[in-house]
Amino acid sequence: MIISRDRAHSVLFLVMAFAALGGVFGLLDAPFVAAVQVLVYAGAIMVLFVFVIMMVNGRDARRPEKKKSVGILAAVLAMGLFAELLLAIRDIFPGMGNTGPSGRVDTAGLGSLLFGKYLYPLEITSILIIAALTGAISMAGKRGPK
Amino acid sequence: MIPAAFFLVLSIVLFVLGVAAFFIKRDLITMFLAVEVMLNSASLAFLTFAGSTASLDGQVIVFFVITVAAAEAAVGLAIILVVFKGKKSIQCDDLDVMKG
Repeated sequence: MIISRDRAHSVLFLVMAFAALGGVFGLLDAPFVAAVQVLVYAGAIMVLFVFVIMMVNGRDARRPEKKKSVGILAAVLAMGLFAELLLAIRDIFPGMGNTGPSGRVDTAGLGSLLFGKYLYPLEITSILIIAALTGAISMAGKRGPK
Repeated sequence: MIPAAFFLVLSIVLFVLGVAAFFIKRDLITMFLAVEVMLNSASLAFLTFAGSTASLDGQVIVFFVITVAAAEAAVGLAIILVVFKGKKSIQCDDLDVMKG
């Protein structure tokens, strides 16, 4: 995704990466979350991105990156961040044990948790979705000055 | 069985790649994709801890993360469209109106 010059290629690589991440979620005993990841992320959100890329892909689609120094600086800083995060989680490595597909899949428990303990966050999230959709339509859908 | 630390390291790698892509790329859509990568790495970390502590709350959080990411993608792409209508470009180097 970083090295590809074309935006459309970036999005297609990212679809593949998100589908693969859905597989990793499935490995972690979360098959329902994996399905939602593949459907919503690799499906819906990425289709949205592809549509917007089709609308805005113009003459500047393949302009080369100008500043080389910024890229090098960003890479160095990213390596630093990687080392810091590894140091931060190093202490909890031995206590984590193993995980993976163990067969104790509890999708029903997930549903009752979602509509029981987390009912109010769920409702608030639906309000957030409606607000975001309304805002997006009112922003992008208005006619520009002809 | 897979050590849980592997998943955590994978999530860290994804997060760092997202940060790097956010700073390296120069157009708004790809920067936005980098934000999505970071969100996904956070989801992966949540699921890892949910799996290693055998609790379901992490999975619920991941649902909320995905929902918020969908809302954020809709609003962000609308903003990108408005910017493109105004400036005819979505390179962030061209958006220097507020540059002092």
